[in-house]
Amino acid sequence: MDPVRNRVDGGPSGPRPRRRFSRRNIFIYGTLFVVAVYYLLPLYVMIVTSLKGMPEIRLGNIFSPPVEITFEPWVKAWAEACTGLNCDGLSRGFWNSVRITVPSVFLSIAVASVNGYALANWRFRGADIFFTILIFGAFIPYQVMLYPIVIILREIGLYGTLWGLVLVHTIFGMPILTLLFRNYFTSLPEELFKAARVDGAGFWGIYFRIMLPMSLPIFVVAIILQVTGIWNDFLFGVIYTKPDLYPMTVQLNNIVNSVQGVKEYNVNMAATLLTGLVPLVIYFISGKLFVRGIAAGAVKG
Amino acid sequence: MAQYPRPVQLFRNLNAKIAAIPMIVTAVVIFAGGTIWTVVYSFTNSKLLPRVKWVGLDQYERLWSTSRWLISIENLMIYGVCSLIFSLVIGFMLAALLDQKIRFENTFRSIFLFPFALSFIVTGLVWQWILNPDFGVQSVIRELGWESFSFDPLYNPNIVIYGILIAGLWQGTGLIMCLMLAGLRGIDEDVWKAARVDGIPVWKTYLFIIIPMMRPVFITTLVIIASGIVRVYDLVVAQTSGGPGIASEVPAKYVYDKMFLGQNLAQGFAGSTMMLLSVLIVLIPWAYLEFGGKKRV
Repeated sequence: MDPVRNRVDGGPSGPRPRRRFSRRNIFIYGTLFVVAVYYLLPLYVMIVTSLKGMPEIRLGNIFSPPVEITFEPWVKAWAEACTGLNCDGLSRGFWNSVRITVPSVFLSIAVASVNGYALANWRFRGADIFFTILIFGAFIPYQVMLYPIVIILREIGLYGTLWGLVLVHTIFGMPILTLLFRNYFTSLPEELFKAARVDGAGFWGIYFRIMLPMSLPIFVVAIILQVTGIWNDFLFGVIYTKPDLYPMTVQLNNIVNSVQGVKEYNVNMAATLLTGLVPLVIYFISGKLFVRGIAAGAVKG
Repeated sequence: MAQYPRPVQLFRNLNAKIAAIPMIVTAVVIFAGGTIWTVVYSFTNSKLLPRVKWVGLDQYERLWSTSRWLISIENLMIYGVCSLIFSLVIGFMLAALLDQKIRFENTFRSIFLFPFALSFIVTGLVWQWILNPDFGVQSVIRELGWESFSFDPLYNPNIVIYGILIAGLWQGTGLIMCLMLAGLRGIDEDVWKAARVDGIPVWKTYLFIIIPMMRPVFITTLVIIASGIVRVYDLVVAQTSGGPGIASEVPAKYVYDKMFLGQNLAQGFAGSTMMLLSVLIVLIPWAYLEFGGKKRV
């Protein structure tokens, strides 16, 4: 708004006066505050529990802050916690997850972005049929496709390997990512594409020199979406890999829900927190981009 | 792009077709092919390995006479209906509160949404700990003096599914709130002005004007929640492993156990086919409304 014009028109200017402690405000902020506490409580309990010693946990309640802060549970969760016969802690699962997530994210985004580009700018006959099946596939329960994929992976010799799981993540990431990229590329001005074609650029030339540099934001959104999604996966990890290669979530569940031994709640919570740390850090750093990612994924998908 | 008739040539636009091969293979072989394969093999009596020996609907008869499957379905119904209602209501109310031009909107939104970044495994384990009757909420309240207070959903077969529901809502409501907030922001400011001029109370404006206007957002959200509910698996595995007994089993877990642990493949296929069917019941009318309608316009 132009302030000068406002004054000339005699319209209101400056912030609207509002009573700070009106009944309405107390209600709104009160409710939001209570709900916020509810949402933060589990995070707080996780942190507090992971910093206590076992004797303190047995005596006190889970909401009280630690009297004596100890980082021993964290060390133990990372390096010593046992799953079955292995006692090298969550570190193995962490590195497995890294080794799974990095190639999966790269591959799935590479495939889906080229795909979306082909669908947006180089439509060919029949493309829409396949795309529709792909989008429908996003809603089909994974359980229906689990076993056929086992057979396919076994046939090509990737069952139980890391690359088999990478392939599975690429496949199941495809619907949402293709949609994301297709919508984004469609929204770019078409004149750019036409100008590049007139200048003699081909399919890959336009992709690498024009589309890719212009759509870095959407790539960041896709990376966030995929890293959190793949890191948090449990079902595919447990089915398509062997115990040596279990991702962090599977190992975490095995550590915490193992039947043998005394339950060490502080170690369990430290392990849980460690597993949740990667997506949490990504979430709090990326902020609005994360929201954009899930909104783009959810609203359309 | 302009649609003009092209000569039918396989090699026209070749690069685009090569680029689309992964999509085509995924769509045809995995999504369509895999689904059909599973449905077909659910009519066989495959045990350890898939083999073609037709038994008709035997697997389905056995499925629907297994108490574990029936409990799974019942749990899924309760969980589904409750989580649908609660996440829509809570999500909408939070979005409406955040939409009041308040301060710290971003902070509140970040807090409500952060559980969504966490995996179901993490969610399940945290709530397993909080709902632990010896150390968690129950013991804390008993310590405060209410000795007979009892709240142990994870150890009580009758209410265990509500314990899982609490965790599921904690994880998922933030997403619904975000979708609703986007929907609310999409509504023209003038609607509000008109309602205020006419002297309509705020709650009535929401109920009779805003919510009907947000119908598409609600429908999309509904489809998202519904397709998520059918898949519930990790959460149950982490929080209760289906226990106590089989009180918190869900179909996805039944299917997994039959296929990969129980060496009873065809049972698993039959179960997953039922899951597919339940999704299709929601999906087809939606797709018809969403896409079928547009084409006619």
